[in-house]
Amino acid sequence: MTDITMAAGYRPGTSDTEIEAAAQARIRRRKQTVLFWQIAILVLLLGLWELASDMNWIDPFFYASPSAVVARLQDWALNGTTEGSLWYNLGVTMEEALIGFVTGSVAGVVVGIGLGRNQMLSDIFSVYIKAVNSIPRVVLAPIFIMIMGLGLASKVALAFVMVFFVVFANAFQGVREADRDMIANARILGASNWQVTRTVVIPSAMSWIFASLHVSFGFAIIGAIVGEFVGARFGIGQLISIAKGTFDAAGMFAAIVLVMVVTLAAEYVMTLIENRLAKWRPQQSLDTH
Amino acid sequence: MAASQGREPAIELINVTRRFVSPTGKSLTALADFNMTVERGEFVAVVGPTGCGKSTTLNLVTGLARPSAGEVRLMGGPVNGIDPRVGFAFQKDALFPWKNVIDNVMAGPLFRGRSRSEAEKSAKDWLARVGLSKFLHHYPHQLSGGMRKRVALAQTFINEPEILLMDEPFSALDVQTRTVMHEELLKLWAERQASVVFVTHDLEEAVALADKVYVLTAGPATVESGYRIDLPRPRVVSEIRYEQAFIDYCKTIWEDLRQEVETSYRRASEAA
Repeated sequence: MTDITMAAGYRPGTSDTEIEAAAQARIRRRKQTVLFWQIAILVLLLGLWELASDMNWIDPFFYASPSAVVARLQDWALNGTTEGSLWYNLGVTMEEALIGFVTGSVAGVVVGIGLGRNQMLSDIFSVYIKAVNSIPRVVLAPIFIMIMGLGLASKVALAFVMVFFVVFANAFQGVREADRDMIANARILGASNWQVTRTVVIPSAMSWIFASLHVSFGFAIIGAIVGEFVGARFGIGQLISIAKGTFDAAGMFAAIVLVMVVTLAAEYVMTLIENRLAKWRPQQSLDTH
Repeated sequence: MAASQGREPAIELINVTRRFVSPTGKSLTALADFNMTVERGEFVAVVGPTGCGKSTTLNLVTGLARPSAGEVRLMGGPVNGIDPRVGFAFQKDALFPWKNVIDNVMAGPLFRGRSRSEAEKSAKDWLARVGLSKFLHHYPHQLSGGMRKRVALAQTFINEPEILLMDEPFSALDVQTRTVMHEELLKLWAERQASVVFVTHDLEEAVALADKVYVLTAGPATVESGYRIDLPRPRVVSEIRYEQAFIDYCKTIWEDLRQEVETSYRRASEAA
């Protein structure tokens, strides 16, 4: 199963088409096996949870059960939550996270590249950035809410600071890792400073930046939800907070599932964009997953 | 060279010293009282033990680095920043991996403010000359090492440099590909007659290509000796190595070079 490239054990006289067909069949089988086990594990875990809850091995009051979570999601979707329509609440959280994500990553990229290209500025500011970076971001939530109120602004601000430092650090590092010969080559070919930044430094920092964008969308969601915990009128975090207040375990899990699905979808979209932008990169010779 | 008489040499390094100072304040002298002249249209090879300051010499000519003392002159004038008449071929792959072949070659003219259509026309022309017309839209990672070097040559030559600096450009290639690239280079050079400084640690490569071979001393580098190579042109690199004159040149220069290599080796093992 491990060795896909070696076409060992064919009888002499086997044609190339036959070997290729066999290899393709094996790759297909491997993919199917992986998918089978992925689904099997999910079913097994959910089944165990359901069973344990039904048999009272674990207390269904605290741990709920998959069927209760699905029922709650269905109820929310059809009849709305105590705080109004589920979609409105989801929309509020997404809006906060997206605005924070976009502004945070744009700012992170710009500042990261700016400081990465300027030794003097980075020497001066590095100590401040380290200091601010050492603050756990969630402790800022109460301050932002105090200053900006219960609405959109405080959550966006929290999502922004969650995203900014991750993207900034990666953009900065990406700029520093840009190949010196490549930069020298561009300069000798006639590039100005700005042309070097645009055509060499930014593209080569791009894979670093994208790596950080993958995690930082999750961070933006964390920022929005933690902000809602601390104080909000709407949003998924607020739903979780209310569910906690009423000892509604199914409600909490339902909200978690929603956030998970949304984040996975965002991650998928981001991978699509990245693959389009990075078509110059060498492909793995064999797709093993 | 008759053609160069009455004109300033292409490159002059006059009593050049280059010191590096590390962030902790320790100083290291890479070049000391270095003197070298390259006439216009001349192909000069520079050989020397590893780490003796060959690459430093080239950086001084490009204007990427400045001499700590002494003077570097190009075509009779001082070097102020990066000179547009200079082209550089790197040891490592310095192509832009996110640009395809033609965009890589077009980079130079576009940086210099020529129009896209003009740049594209001239890039196609240069890629045809290095035999890569069928690979315009390939990315560097899809090409072999030899093909990437040819793209790099086209990228350098498209700016029509009057001074061409080459820093062990073919050292990463296998022996057969390297010989092919030597012929390719001599062909391109014969058309353009640029002044070339070709840095290498391979003595046979130096003798096969150059009009003049300089041997550098173990660092800090100074010119130990210079040899004029009077082998007829056009040269066929794959065959020249079997000629008696070629072998004699190699033997003579190697006598010189060996001492420097031994000195450098002894110092390295003492330091270790």
